[in-house]
Amino acid sequence: MTDRSVTDRSVADGALPDGGAADGGGPGRGVLGAAGAGAAERIASLLTFLRRRLNGEYEIDEFGFDPDLNETVLMPLVRWLYQHWFEVRTRDMGNVPACGGALVVCNHSGTLPVDAMMLQVSLLDEHPAHRHLRLLGADLVYSMPVLSHLARKTGHALASPADAERLLRLGELVGVCPEGYKGLGKPFSQRYNLQRFGRGGFAASAIGAGVPIIPCAIVGAEEIFPMLGNARPIARLLGLPYFPITPLFPWFGPIGAIPLPSRWLIGFGEPVPTDGYEAGAADDPAIVFELTDQVREIIQQLLRQLLAERGNAFG
Amino acid sequence: MARVVLVTGVSGYLGAEVAGALRHAPGIERLIEVTGPDLASDAARGPRAQEGPAVGWPLEGPGQPDEVLVRLDVRTSQLGDLIKATGADTVVHLGLATTPASAGGRASMKETNVIGTMQLLSACQRSATVRKLVVRSSTAVYGTSPRDPAVFTEDMEPRASHGYARDVLDVEGYVRGLVRRRPDMTVSVLRFVNFLGPRVDSPLTQYFTMQAAPTVLGFDARIQFVDISDGVEVIRRMVVEDHPGTFNVTGRGAMFISQCLRRGGRAAVPMPAKLFATVADLGRGAFPDVTRDQRDLLKYGRVVDGAKLEGELNWTPRRTTEEAFDAFAADAGLGPSPAVVVAGRFLAVLLEAVSPAGGAAT
Repeated sequence: MTDRSVTDRSVADGALPDGGAADGGGPGRGVLGAAGAGAAERIASLLTFLRRRLNGEYEIDEFGFDPDLNETVLMPLVRWLYQHWFEVRTRDMGNVPACGGALVVCNHSGTLPVDAMMLQVSLLDEHPAHRHLRLLGADLVYSMPVLSHLARKTGHALASPADAERLLRLGELVGVCPEGYKGLGKPFSQRYNLQRFGRGGFAASAIGAGVPIIPCAIVGAEEIFPMLGNARPIARLLGLPYFPITPLFPWFGPIGAIPLPSRWLIGFGEPVPTDGYEAGAADDPAIVFELTDQVREIIQQLLRQLLAERGNAFG
Repeated sequence: MARVVLVTGVSGYLGAEVAGALRHAPGIERLIEVTGPDLASDAARGPRAQEGPAVGWPLEGPGQPDEVLVRLDVRTSQLGDLIKATGADTVVHLGLATTPASAGGRASMKETNVIGTMQLLSACQRSATVRKLVVRSSTAVYGTSPRDPAVFTEDMEPRASHGYARDVLDVEGYVRGLVRRRPDMTVSVLRFVNFLGPRVDSPLTQYFTMQAAPTVLGFDARIQFVDISDGVEVIRRMVVEDHPGTFNVTGRGAMFISQCLRRGGRAAVPMPAKLFATVADLGRGAFPDVTRDQRDLLKYGRVVDGAKLEGELNWTPRRTTEEAFDAFAADAGLGPSPAVVVAGRFLAVLLEAVSPAGGAAT
């Protein structure tokens, strides 16, 4: 039971953006940077974490969300990128409700889903209620080694009506990128142009659960891996949706996998209510498409605003 | 209302425990325990097989004992004769072969499961006395793949395609056929997650007791367990009360395979998926007897929702998934392997060193 209190404390530490735990980014860096009692406590908490992992003394939820691992290891890694590499800034975070189910719908870009991870950090660290974003990912994620269980352990689920409905009914904040691979793997020349929003499954899920949709625009991810070309034969060979050719990848090997340090802005639009519909509206394609288009239009406008505000991507 | 209860599969760990629970249940006048004719294989299993008064044919007439053990080949129509002879009003079908080895090969396993169930169901359908049927099924019917929803509920379409899971899916199909033809009958289908308990001997319990357990590199599956005593209680409630329908039966919560192995102090040996499959297929004796669906379970995992049953019975399983596993680990005497002990000591020493004030963290 003493271990439990330690878990709680480390969770709380991780959730505070400017607490002692987060100042250095990763655990190793915090240990080296701080001195005295703070450092000893950091090491002790790291050691008790390792002991919990060694003995399997942690709990997961039915989705596989592992708060202990997430707060102690995974989020600090991503948080470092968020704070020091991209220096992400947020706008109108207040549009995200402090409790209850809501569906955050955002644009998707950047070859690798770094934007989704940054969105997750922003809501965990900068939202007053420190909300965990439960993202809905493509099934490809769950068939890939490493990615499949990391996605589960960071609290994410499959982009399917069943998972969306279940999470929303539990009052979770759910995130979805309806552009999918079309957005992620689009050429650099089409940056910040929203692709088709799938079949509008997100709108149907939101109507079904009666939760608000929070439009969200992420500016900055388009420039991290500017995709100049797509080597389709290689993609087919590897079973991937695309194989990116960027100025640095694959020519420079692992160096090409380092994202360019672009300037990021994440903005949230006003909630779009979905509780005014009649029963059965979730199955009505006309209503679903209308809502899909409405949300898409809001995000596109938000994108233009944030782009204008940001100016030069690397300035 | 259940007076004469017929239970199949009493030589298995589940059947043996269910028979034990029903033996003393009030209102049950007679218990007919059915097991396969294969003495050699079940002598090594539950203790029930040897205990029961082995009564042969016929079972009619006065002065019959109130508990009988009958050996018959479930793939024949003998079961129908038995139901007729005993006037059974409740049939509890637990006689499914869960591993190829227990049935003498995969072909024979399929025959026991599918043909055996068809014989049983046709006997129930023709019977004038049978009012209730309780069938053991498995959450394996949902299948396991990367395209699965995170949590299965009973209304989702089962997608199993291999091995035991496929057998169970077929069994459920035939049961639905019976429900259509005999709407007057109370039919309960119980989809169990993997059982854990002191006497449970399954591929999974064997897996978790291996000194070094092969795992799929880059994958970590979510898994659930139900304590055998909770499983038995659910079946008992289904027999003495009426709860028609299909229900998932699971302990609350879930665990990762890696977490289970660490709790048991076992070493994980990650290997690429193809090698893992080869090891599982070829490693008979070195690897538990698993079919392809169970192999996939160790890769992709599966979690189901047990809320429907909990609501129907107004009952919560005594043990959660974690508690069931911890109890299993304690029963099986699983302890940390030497490497884990050394690592644990090392961490403890380091902790002492960094917290001289008396260990605020411990």
